[in-house]
Amino acid sequence: MSALKQYIDLFREHGKLIDSNGAGPLNDLRQDAFLQLQDMELPKAGSDNYENCDFEEMLAPDYGLNIAKVNIEVNPNATFRCDVPMLSTSLFMLVNDTFAETTGARESLPEGVEVGSLRTFALDYPEHVSKYYGKLADIKNPIVALNTLFAQDGLYLRVKKGVKVEKPLQLVNILENGMPLMAVRRLLIIIEDDAEAKLLVCDHTQNPDLQFLSLETVEVFAGKNAVFDYYNLEESTEKTSRLSALYLAQEEGSNVSIDGMTLFNGTTRNEYYTVFRGENAELHLYGMGIEDASRKISTYSRIDHAVPSCRSNELFKFTLDGEAAGAFTGRIHVAPGASKTEAFQSNRNLVGSDDARMLSRPELEIYNDDVKCSHGTAIGRLDEMQLFYMRTRGLDEATARLLLKQAFMADIIDRVKVDALRERLHIMIERRFAGESSACASCARCGK
Amino acid sequence: MLKVKDLHAQINGKEILKGINLEVRPGEVHAIMGPNGSGKSTLSMVLAGNPAYEVTEGTAEFNGKNLLEMAPEIRSHEGLFLGFQYPVEIPGVSMVNFMRAAVNAKREYFHEPPMSATEFLKMMREKRAVVELDNKLASRSVNEGFSGGEKKRNEIFQMAVLEPKLSILDETDSGLDVDALRIVAEGVNTLKNDNNATIVITHYQRLLDYIKPEFIHILYKGRIVKSGGPELALEIEKRGFDWIKEEVDNR
Repeated sequence: MSALKQYIDLFREHGKLIDSNGAGPLNDLRQDAFLQLQDMELPKAGSDNYENCDFEEMLAPDYGLNIAKVNIEVNPNATFRCDVPMLSTSLFMLVNDTFAETTGARESLPEGVEVGSLRTFALDYPEHVSKYYGKLADIKNPIVALNTLFAQDGLYLRVKKGVKVEKPLQLVNILENGMPLMAVRRLLIIIEDDAEAKLLVCDHTQNPDLQFLSLETVEVFAGKNAVFDYYNLEESTEKTSRLSALYLAQEEGSNVSIDGMTLFNGTTRNEYYTVFRGENAELHLYGMGIEDASRKISTYSRIDHAVPSCRSNELFKFTLDGEAAGAFTGRIHVAPGASKTEAFQSNRNLVGSDDARMLSRPELEIYNDDVKCSHGTAIGRLDEMQLFYMRTRGLDEATARLLLKQAFMADIIDRVKVDALRERLHIMIERRFAGESSACASCARCGK
Repeated sequence: MLKVKDLHAQINGKEILKGINLEVRPGEVHAIMGPNGSGKSTLSMVLAGNPAYEVTEGTAEFNGKNLLEMAPEIRSHEGLFLGFQYPVEIPGVSMVNFMRAAVNAKREYFHEPPMSATEFLKMMREKRAVVELDNKLASRSVNEGFSGGEKKRNEIFQMAVLEPKLSILDETDSGLDVDALRIVAEGVNTLKNDNNATIVITHYQRLLDYIKPEFIHILYKGRIVKSGGPELALEIEKRGFDWIKEEVDNR
């Protein structure tokens, strides 16, 4: 029996309750999602594009869903301090899947920025939200279907035409509960023409002993000449699963960076679907994962060059130790009419143990001759001569390995455009490779 | 300082060193010459402790301690330095961080506190001057994008920073033009004193015009087949290695 059944049954029994804690535009799509899921076969591990990612297994635990929106007592200001303490941001939170706000978050926000609870905005401005909600995300995608079936809240961000938000916005996602829990989060991001913003999303799990599943769908609309940077940093636990699908549409002249960084995780599936709708747009899609023990990460990306003269630059890097498993599938589709496309893809992986596995699959489909496209993939070990060279200068083997792994990830971190975040990330990566939790540098949780 | 006796070593099951005997005392400069494939670089790698090579027989003593038992980093702390024939590029690791880690690792080994930032930068500045190494190179990644000459100068710079007792310079002259060769050689001569020693491994006499060794050894087929004074190097320069090969092969 499919693991889906428990969710289908839950929806059948509690559809009304789900709707009552949702909002019109969100509720409108549930029936579609339900129909999709009824006939859906979940992707099996090893099937095309789902190499080491078993949806049945990930969805099997008996997760609770907080569809009644019972308030979980969390005072976000008190319980949590972010790992990026020097970063001055406008900070918002999703405690599991309920929006929460910190004091002072809106103080320096300029006029023309709408940010807050997706549910609230959907209740207050249903017509506006309906124009965007579910318009990019593909309901046939199991992550999107399941997310749409249950989504009741999340983050809504709209930066109006011409508004430039200097200060980065930050969303901290917290998983915190007394029992295993699935958090269903939805992010709707609209950066209008000529607008600019940066959003840092940090994912944390507060309780390392419990199973959590973060089920997330993100839709990003980038208008003409919009500039948007999206950084997602996962620092969860070995018992946390994550199913995330991000959809992005870019209009003419827009410039978007998407950067998915996985420092600590359990089983992670990140999907990125991007499409160029106007010419001269630019996409930077980056990501990294530090995987050890029996952590798993699976990344799928599809970049659609549907129109001419757009540029995409994709780089993903992973280190795998212990019994970790990773997979990367990167599809780039260049449509027949998309002349003057520039698309570059690179996937680099360091495998440090005999039991770790990495699978890398570049897939370029190019239907136009007038393009510049390249891809490269490499899976290797640390260079023995580099190690030896460093040791002859007095560095012990562990230190040499640490420096080389840090160096391996350095070019991903160096692409982060927020100075304080970049500097902080270098330190976090160093601590991560040294085997320390980066959380301990700043967090008040355990009193260290 | 260094006593090597009957040293045999192999890589991938192939024996390269077939009984090396060599003794180096403080204040001495030795040159090891030999045709291609004679085992010169293998000898340097084995003495520095490259784990890819396996010592199958013989001993090597360094200042009274068993060199072969030490990890490469301990050999470094104890005062052994290898100047690489092909210095390794390490993208993403800056020269400054690399040298700071190296210096402080050595200090930790001798139970000394880490060097302060000011002290360290002052020392870097002084040592750079020894080989006229550009300040800009120090902030770049280790050897990445360095020219051949810059890489070799960088080796001597690192030697200056680490102040070794015994330096093994493997083909430090290869790939250098006359000016770079002079700078590198002057650097080596500046660092020379009565308490340290140098082994220069070279294919040609050229470097020996600048660095004057008292002892010349000819390595052939994994053995030192001839040793002598500076006149031996001059003879090699004139007659090449063929006469030595014949002498050995006809034994």
